[in-house]
Amino acid sequence: MRRFFLIAVPYVWLLALFLIPFVIVLKISLSDVALSIPPYSPTLDLSAGWQGIKDFFAALDFENFIWLTGDDLYWKAYLSSLKIAVMSTALTLLIGYPIAYGMARAPEEWRATLMMLVILPFWTSFLIRVYAWMGILSNEGFLNQLLMWTGIISEPLTILNTNTAVYIGIVYTYLPFMILPIYAALERMDGSLIEAAEDLGCSRAQAFWLVTIPLSRPGIAAGSFLVFIPALGEFVIPSLLGGSGTLMIGKVLWEEFFSNRDWPVASAVAVVLLLILVIPIVLFQRNQQKQAEADQ
Amino acid sequence: MTRLSWFNVVSLTLGFAFLYIPMIILVIFSFNESKLVTVWAGFSTKWYGELLQNEAFLNAAWVTLKVAVFSSTIATVLGTMAAYVMVRGGRFLGRTLFSGMIYAPLVMPEVITGLSLLLLFIGIGLDRGVLTIVLAHTTFSMCYVSVVVSSRLVTFDRSLEEAALDLGCSPAQAFRLVTLPIIAPAVVAGWLLAFTLSLDDLVIASFTSGPSATTLPIKIFSAVRLGVSPEINALSTIMIGIVTVGVIVASLVSKRNSVRQQQEEQAAARAQ
Repeated sequence: MRRFFLIAVPYVWLLALFLIPFVIVLKISLSDVALSIPPYSPTLDLSAGWQGIKDFFAALDFENFIWLTGDDLYWKAYLSSLKIAVMSTALTLLIGYPIAYGMARAPEEWRATLMMLVILPFWTSFLIRVYAWMGILSNEGFLNQLLMWTGIISEPLTILNTNTAVYIGIVYTYLPFMILPIYAALERMDGSLIEAAEDLGCSRAQAFWLVTIPLSRPGIAAGSFLVFIPALGEFVIPSLLGGSGTLMIGKVLWEEFFSNRDWPVASAVAVVLLLILVIPIVLFQRNQQKQAEADQ
Repeated sequence: MTRLSWFNVVSLTLGFAFLYIPMIILVIFSFNESKLVTVWAGFSTKWYGELLQNEAFLNAAWVTLKVAVFSSTIATVLGTMAAYVMVRGGRFLGRTLFSGMIYAPLVMPEVITGLSLLLLFIGIGLDRGVLTIVLAHTTFSMCYVSVVVSSRLVTFDRSLEEAALDLGCSPAQAFRLVTLPIIAPAVVAGWLLAFTLSLDDLVIASFTSGPSATTLPIKIFSAVRLGVSPEINALSTIMIGIVTVGVIVASLVSKRNSVRQQQEEQAAARAQ
């Protein structure tokens, strides 16, 4: 009885507030827009009995998905989100790896402090960290003032409201997610392996490339996953730092819902985004499984 | 392994500069006299004064705090239950679905979680306000809590629980007297994580809040969309300050605990 209760409470909660809402999204994505409240049809009429359920299913179609393929905007938004997510994951890795590596090499008594310094921004409000860049990157911002004062440029650079600003924002906010798993992998590494490689005639660069990088692969995979997944559906960064030319699917979904009030299309956009996300998730899980088998 | 090359020093310095300089600039300009955030015009704390008189911000802060306390507390209870079930529950009908529902929200884009919950609340005719935000935040943060707690439960020596049961504890007593104290740090960490996630969330709150309840992130977002403002800088500085103090205190406490534990273990080893 107690066990039943223990399982049932979180189970029912997740069914009601996670699974069912998602089924509703799926259902609305197959419905048509209507000028009513709620603004879509058909609605399931259970009081009409079996006929009502039959009518309901008969009225569902894939029109919204066909509409998505017909309009350039959505294609471009998905592709440009993917591009931005891939590029910013790669950039975060390039910047995060040396930091994680330096942390793993640091004297042991520093490491706890360095860890804390990486985690601290993570606890700070995401919104505030994105906002901080608005003041830096704007035309009269700190960066332009600094560059003009040092005489590197004579005209202010337009960075805010471009894709460059979006890249900076994503790298900045997700950097801790990349550093921590790589650091965890590097810290576990046995230092004598590098010495062995060097004794056997590897140069330092070769030893790094042939020993350190492969051994930190689980950390690289986990970090890239943790950056890529949220970056793909990101809304806050493109809407604060990006410009009108920045197309990201999270922003499109938001506008479709709040500005255009087109619920069926917003739901269809959400369903397709999830389908795109399934691919990296499956790849990552398979990679994790392989890793677990290799460890055994 | 502990020799730092010049390359390590440079990458650590640049890396931490990158992480911290934007926030330092933000804090400095919150003390700026001028309304123009980017031009320094002398030291002043007037923006903090204006902030404290801004009723809308204070109300939003209060709503946010209420939502965070309620949602993180419920999420901690539910998440701990879910973790216990996953690690100790054995087999039951629909276990795969259950674990799927625990992990899926972690990778679900916020816009989709928000959209789906909003459609649910409209579908069942629930008025949007504090309650709906609490429900939404509880749902995604309980999954984070359950991941944190189950990682602790996995490493836990099960024979301790069995010993308690052998010595006459009821399962509930064994949980309260043995399991809970051991997993307590993870439960506290889970609560803190859920609390921060709730304080921080903009997207899901925007979808699930109504005109009667505006949270601080929603308020900040709509102010910031129009451009930088010194009042927001002041607010950000206060928030950064609270987090910094919190993290430093938490790390000092955990350091002291681990030192004490080490001493106790050494003492126990000597006694043997």
